[in-house]
Amino acid sequence: MAIRRAMSGRIMDRTAVVGARYMSSWWRSVQPAPKDPILGVTEAFLADQSADKVNVGVGAYRDDNGKPVVLECVREAERRIAGNLNMEYLPMGGSVKMVEETLKLAYGENSELIKEKRIAAVQALSGTGACRLFADFQKRFCPDSQIYIPVPTWANHHNIWRDAQVPQKTYHYYHPESKGLDFAAMIDDIKNAPNGSFFLLHACAHNPTGVDPSEEQWREISHHIKAKGHFAFFDMAYQGFASGDPEKDAKAIRIFLEDGHHIGIAQSYAKNMGLYGQRVGCLSVLCEDEKQAVAVKSQLQQLARPMYSNPPVHGALIVSTILSDPDLKKQWLKEVKVMADRIIGMRTALRGNLEKLGSPLSWQHITNQIGMFCYSGLTPEQVDRLTNEFHIYMTRNGRISMAGVTTGNVEYLANAIHEVTK
Amino acid sequence: MASTLLSLASATPSASLSFHEINKGKLNLGCINKEKPNPFIKAKSFGRVSMVVASNVSHFEGITMAPPDPILGVSEAFKADDHELKLNLGVGAYRTEELQPYVLDVVKKVNKLLLEKGENLEYLPIEGLAAFNKVTAELLFGADNPVIKQQRVATVQGLSGTGSLRLAAALIERYFPGAKVLISSPTWGNHKNIFNDARVPWSEYRYYDPKTVGLDFEGMIADIKAAPEGSFILLHGCAHNPTGIDPTPEQWGVIADVIQEKNHIPFFDIAYQGFASGSLDTDAASVRMFVARGMEVIAAQSYSKNLGLYAERIGAINVVCSSPEAAARVKSQLKRIARPMYSNPPVHGARIVANIVGDSALFKEWNAEMEMMAGRIKNVRHKLFDSLSSKDKSGKDWSFVLKQIGMFSFTGLNKAQCDNMTNKWHVYMTKDGRISLAGLSLAKCEYLADAIIDSYHNVS
Repeated sequence: MAIRRAMSGRIMDRTAVVGARYMSSWWRSVQPAPKDPILGVTEAFLADQSADKVNVGVGAYRDDNGKPVVLECVREAERRIAGNLNMEYLPMGGSVKMVEETLKLAYGENSELIKEKRIAAVQALSGTGACRLFADFQKRFCPDSQIYIPVPTWANHHNIWRDAQVPQKTYHYYHPESKGLDFAAMIDDIKNAPNGSFFLLHACAHNPTGVDPSEEQWREISHHIKAKGHFAFFDMAYQGFASGDPEKDAKAIRIFLEDGHHIGIAQSYAKNMGLYGQRVGCLSVLCEDEKQAVAVKSQLQQLARPMYSNPPVHGALIVSTILSDPDLKKQWLKEVKVMADRIIGMRTALRGNLEKLGSPLSWQHITNQIGMFCYSGLTPEQVDRLTNEFHIYMTRNGRISMAGVTTGNVEYLANAIHEVTK
Repeated sequence: MASTLLSLASATPSASLSFHEINKGKLNLGCINKEKPNPFIKAKSFGRVSMVVASNVSHFEGITMAPPDPILGVSEAFKADDHELKLNLGVGAYRTEELQPYVLDVVKKVNKLLLEKGENLEYLPIEGLAAFNKVTAELLFGADNPVIKQQRVATVQGLSGTGSLRLAAALIERYFPGAKVLISSPTWGNHKNIFNDARVPWSEYRYYDPKTVGLDFEGMIADIKAAPEGSFILLHGCAHNPTGIDPTPEQWGVIADVIQEKNHIPFFDIAYQGFASGSLDTDAASVRMFVARGMEVIAAQSYSKNLGLYAERIGAINVVCSSPEAAARVKSQLKRIARPMYSNPPVHGARIVANIVGDSALFKEWNAEMEMMAGRIKNVRHKLFDSLSSKDKSGKDWSFVLKQIGMFSFTGLNKAQCDNMTNKWHVYMTKDGRISLAGLSLAKCEYLADAIIDSYHNVS
């Protein structure tokens, strides 16, 4: 006892010295991370004091007053679930009910594939989480594979597959000259990729360009991907937001299903149900048969367990409440259409204003493109001018979030764009 | 028409799937079968037209069924059992005396409040809700702790304990390549999965002594000493899972000594703050001791148990650094890890916690409910001990049930004995001998005692 006390006495003295050594920190080698290019824009916007400031940065829907929107159907669902006395862990695969309803949206209300139980599906942490689970799954079970990512794409796609340690390549997508799709080059890239590669496709409302293939083009893409035995992975973050009709927005996926592909899909309710902060989404993988689907699902759960154990319940409850009630679902569809229509209206207004100002450039692409984003064609320097001179915030790739455009700011925005491009 | 054009265009020697080739039978395209040549690499194509026919070949052929999770799988098995006397002592989720899940009154209040407030559902920042991060660090370290005042703590909201641990594991992998994490033997089953998936090497330090059904303190100290300098030592802040055996304050002091001596980094997992003693402050004592010594510390928190917010997935990862500047850098890198995992964390649970911990009246109420929950478990321990002692005539010392703390008790039963518990007595527990006292009622203590005594003495 005495010895121990003496020892600890000595150790206590040493503590002071060791404590001093600690001041130099374990974390010396940790560099400050670069600001996230998308989320960093909002931070900068919030810090700006100007009354004229406009945020067309992050892809979150705003109403015509520039305010965030909580859908009525969501508020109603929240009221209904408020008495929910069950906060127990969801299963690792998440809410079964939510997943069932979500698959119907992607694969079709009466999909045979669902009936045949061929789809391995788990609730995921919105679109990001779904993509990440898939990337980890791909790494684990196809360790020699690589992912082909379109240029450009949502910046976080690169981070996701990189952190999953899946080598990535790119394929041509955006055609700067026409501000449309570089279709021929895209098809070439599909053909030249090694057989059995993985291709990341945006199901609708491509982010950041707003450029989607036509139905015809999708059929060709499907054909060539099939010919090469590639795996098609769809990121569908904007179902409903592109045309206003979720069925229409799922067309590309349905074409691939008809053609017999075994696809994977990441779905998100962040935008189309306005559940951004709730982190609700779904990852599905279409398999050969029910047995394989069960096995694949178990492996997806195995990946989720050491990441977060099981997914959050609140958002899932909102989704399943809405989608399983025909009236609420109808209301949701109406509200999605309202959002999509408002954006389409703003596209028309922005283009119209620019043309009225006598801009020498063509702004056709504003109305050709679809979904939340417009790839304006503005250069980083022009974007910087917009920010510094006009307090307009957007990502430096020239992506404008049309959801942030309102009848109140569309003229100001058009003027500013005209100023920096004339 | 268009499709014919397509086919013509694709009639190059490079792989086109011909009708014949598909119909030859099952084509194994699976990535896993690396030996088999890719059947698509065939130079010929059938004339100028190749038909694309629906094929049912999968890239993921050969994927096998993952084993059921040892902990979460127990509840699933329990659900499938019809026996009227069945008892679920598997997962660590608190139950009332009626063995019902319990939603805390404070949580109900706050949920109502949030519904009335009608806040928006916008994205949180990557690091989570600022109000939550503030109160969670204060709860753990103490609001007036110098490390908080000096802004030396990097706090990032995480997906409960699991998600917070995973963020830290990824940070270790990135900035301390090759560094090992030492975990207790035994520990929560998912710890190994987390470090495996994060690609962080780990090894075990002795912890549980089956002879005493207590702490193998000497073994623990020896193993920590023997670890390569600069290892990360994973410690359970209180209410060790699965054993329920915690070091005494004196022992904590010696553990801290050794860690400092060897330049290790202490990494606390605190999933039961409040559940051990009933006092939130007391249960944070071990972490605060290390921090008071000026050590840099990692600490993962969870509100699953102590606020009953299991399914909301709310927790935090804290890194106490030696300077505010280091804390800022570390926080930025934690964000960089979170972004490609889930972008930003879920908002609901964070708002609940922020409202409770940030409001003095609600916080007081929470403290009272916490004491009540921990109190019920202590009572159950006593009843179980009494039942075991009175029913078992062998003279075996069952006092470990009283000495252990928190939700769990390590019974010392081996796998065969655990199987007997389940198969004969319909008592569901994890195969390592752990029972969750949170799932035990006073009414069932005698039945459980019978089951344990039978399994211990009659099965080997």
